[in-house]
Amino acid sequence: MAMLEVRDLNVYFGVIQAIKNISFDVDAGEVVALIGANGAGKTTTLHTVTGLLPAASGKITLDGKDLGKVPAHKIVSMGMAHVPEGRRVFAALSVYDNLKMGAFTRKDKKEIEESLEMVFEAFPRLKERRNQVAGTLSGGEQQMLAMGRALMSKPRIILMDEPSMGLSPLYVTEIFEIIKKIKSEGTTVLLVEQNANMALQIADRAYVLETGRIIMDGKASDLMNDERVRKAYLGA
Amino acid sequence: MKFLSQLISGISLGSIYSLIALGYTMVYGIAKMLNFAHGDVIMIGAFVIYTMCVTAGVPTIISVLIAIVFCTILGVTIERFAYKPLRQATSLAVLITAIGVSYLLQNIALLIFGSDTKSFTSVVNIEPISFAGGELVISGETIVTIVVSVIIMIALVIFVNKTKPGKAMLAVSEDKGAAQLMGINVNGTIALTFAIGSALAAIAGALLCSTYPALSPYTGAMPGIKAFVAAVLGGIGSIPGAMIGGIVLGVIENLSKGYISSQLSDAIVFAVLVIVLLVRPTGIMGKKINEKV
Repeated sequence: MAMLEVRDLNVYFGVIQAIKNISFDVDAGEVVALIGANGAGKTTTLHTVTGLLPAASGKITLDGKDLGKVPAHKIVSMGMAHVPEGRRVFAALSVYDNLKMGAFTRKDKKEIEESLEMVFEAFPRLKERRNQVAGTLSGGEQQMLAMGRALMSKPRIILMDEPSMGLSPLYVTEIFEIIKKIKSEGTTVLLVEQNANMALQIADRAYVLETGRIIMDGKASDLMNDERVRKAYLGA
Repeated sequence: MKFLSQLISGISLGSIYSLIALGYTMVYGIAKMLNFAHGDVIMIGAFVIYTMCVTAGVPTIISVLIAIVFCTILGVTIERFAYKPLRQATSLAVLITAIGVSYLLQNIALLIFGSDTKSFTSVVNIEPISFAGGELVISGETIVTIVVSVIIMIALVIFVNKTKPGKAMLAVSEDKGAAQLMGINVNGTIALTFAIGSALAAIAGALLCSTYPALSPYTGAMPGIKAFVAAVLGGIGSIPGAMIGGIVLGVIENLSKGYISSQLSDAIVFAVLVIVLLVRPTGIMGKKINEKV
């Protein structure tokens, strides 16, 4: 049994079908990438997995538990965190308060402090700016804050939506280094990226999404050498 | 001395506006809706106190507590049955519903209590204090209103900034989706906001009708609208803004009554709203609304 299983998922926006019968697995300890062009349904997929959008049909399970009836706000305490597209940090709150918000459902005060220290260790810049209002951070720093905030819930699996979007090349490299580090610490990652090149470099496996369908899947190294993927997504 | 006395009663009236405006502004901040039925919750609160105190002879303080509980439940019930089903609807639909709820509350009161004005017995039992050899007299109602309002506002600021449910409110008001991803129950937080706003409305009702002891089904309408003006003046969505806006409005209203014309005071109050919206559309403490990238 995979950690996260999605079976025959269908999602509609009104009459438009955004996700067409997709199935995929994420095993514990893996980094799995969902790649595809703008509008392929990557973000919709993640939003449906964490309950922000309702599924029309299909089944999503986390560690075998059906998430169908679980409201969005109960997902994080089941061990799944979501770093949303566009970061969505709480702009009016300080860096510190944003991070504390990530641990909202946790009651273990002492361990929360430890998590905070770990996040500050992984993102020294957040420590420097701990009292700064999040809205005044740069895009890259906000991305780090969004990731740190997700880590504060001590997730076993973390969904990341376009972490490299709109960032300078230097930050893109840094963000991907951090994802590698998250993986090396045993956390499972489901990564959605338009930057297929970077995503395939750090992923174990990947699924290619096109207009709501999974058209290809396999080992990231195989997909990287696949002629069609290279042509369509890697610009080669 | 006349000025000082006008100023102090203006601050007292303004504190009541602030308490009401807090309900408007918190609900707007979190549910992004204008709850125009909020003013009528004040009236219901005052009628509960009137019924308990005058008709049933319940001690004042207990009547006020019962009114607070009653209005809290009323506010949450209104949210649950009138507004929650419209969470995904257009803001116009929600606005019209709120106006509908306002008329519903007024007409229920009309049905039960009739249209004649009742004389409300003050919930305050404190002797007026006189200064400067009786030239400046401050009534017990004024003192209690200001003291109670200040305590409530301090408590509210501490609650919102220091407690978990308070911080959840801040998170929900900024981004409902992201708040859910943190594990915050958005519906629960919205219900809590209505509960707090309605409890404050009950207290405002008690203070308002103690200072101006005339109670009818329409008692809440005008203070409700003025508190809305106060919330906009302060910057809708901002808690300190509602406090400042309310007090500024109360002082302006009372000074216009005292020095310009008591008939024109309402016109002046609304003119202030128009001017503020022209000069500073976001209000005194309002945030600029940034489009999300």
